[in-house]
Amino acid sequence: MAAQVLVLGGGVGGTMCANVIAKRSGGRAHVTVVDATGIHVFQPGFLYVAVGQERPSALHRSEASLLRHDVRLVVDRARKVDPAAKRVILASGRTLPYDELVIATGSRTVMGEVPGARSAHDFYTMAGAVQLFKALEAFDGGMIVIGVAGIPYKCPPAPVEFAFLLDDYLRARGIRNKTEVKLLSPLNRAFTIEATSKLVQPILAERGIELTSFFNVESVDAMAKTVTSLEGETVSYDLLVLVPPHRGQKVIEDSGLGDERGWITVDKNTLKHEKFPDIWAIGDATSIPISKSGSVAHYEASVVADEIVAAIRGEAAPTHVYDGKVMCFLETGQGQATTIRFDYTHPPVSPRPARIWHWGKAMFNKTYWHTVPQGRLP
Amino acid sequence: MSITIARSLDLKGLSCPLPIIKTAKAMKELTPGQLIEVFATDPGSVPDFTAWAQATGNALVESSREGGVFHFVLKKKEI
Repeated sequence: MAAQVLVLGGGVGGTMCANVIAKRSGGRAHVTVVDATGIHVFQPGFLYVAVGQERPSALHRSEASLLRHDVRLVVDRARKVDPAAKRVILASGRTLPYDELVIATGSRTVMGEVPGARSAHDFYTMAGAVQLFKALEAFDGGMIVIGVAGIPYKCPPAPVEFAFLLDDYLRARGIRNKTEVKLLSPLNRAFTIEATSKLVQPILAERGIELTSFFNVESVDAMAKTVTSLEGETVSYDLLVLVPPHRGQKVIEDSGLGDERGWITVDKNTLKHEKFPDIWAIGDATSIPISKSGSVAHYEASVVADEIVAAIRGEAAPTHVYDGKVMCFLETGQGQATTIRFDYTHPPVSPRPARIWHWGKAMFNKTYWHTVPQGRLP
Repeated sequence: MSITIARSLDLKGLSCPLPIIKTAKAMKELTPGQLIEVFATDPGSVPDFTAWAQATGNALVESSREGGVFHFVLKKKEI
């Protein structure tokens, strides 16, 4: 009898993992994806929507169109995982049993956790990105402040990329000379990765983007238009863009599968749950100390698919494990970009920003729909 | 002379900048002059805590390492 493989979440990781398991299991797995909306969203595009370089409609497709024909899609929300009974209870009341469970439910943004921050703009949801672009279109000069309201967050270089794309946008509108742009960083550099920070900091300076160090956002006063840090500093703004705090999905908290923020506690190499050997987690949903990014979900999906196929076939677990591999693009504005690559044992390296990396990112974004979800890219 | 630590934080396993943020939060609840100790495993925490202490005016009074664990003692700045 075929094994029941259940995948929660139809994002990058869940979709790719489901397709690869169905393909590699040779008919020995019945694969089901449970997704709350049935719509697959390409989240890296939010950044471009926020500066008017991408249409919102280009960023989603039906999940069913991205899954193999032998993968079943259930459009419903997972309410609780019951590891003892090996089943998942859905919001509709329906129950799905599993032999192997992959949790790829991603993260959610919780701007309300920071006092006053709901008044700030963000580009971490489609609605936020659309609103932010509207606000920019109505903006006519003044102080734009970009800050980080919680760690960890998706795509660590995103605030820096946004600062560069914003600079391009303001120049194109002819209002850069009446606008100050300030980037508030939690550390004493542009963002966590030191090598890349060294590369981009001179470019920030060149574009007149001011970097404020050790500014960890504590609260926002929407009336006074000020943002205050844990370190006790206060900055005024006319337009505020914050990276919202993130946490895991409620279903993880309700099922006791994660830490106090709802991040699923898995082994950082096998991605297997530390308590339940038939539960795996991939992508943003895990607690492992690695970037929350689509590339991580992509590499992890392949590892977990191999482990599950081996388990179904009764074979030994594959020796190939997740090595912490991350690959990101980082837009530096004016049609240039760099990349960041690293893993658990190799520190990050970034080439000098060049046009080719910008085109590489644009090409990846365009071809994504036909390559990544299907498992066609290694 | 023994020193009195007002608060101890176990931040092992967290990667930067989380140890800094958790320390900054805990520091807010201390009174000036009180000491806080931090245990962290992120290799970047040595330069990060040194720079953070300098930037914020809180003093890094001790920094040591045992195996893979870094130990810092910080003193909240006088207002």
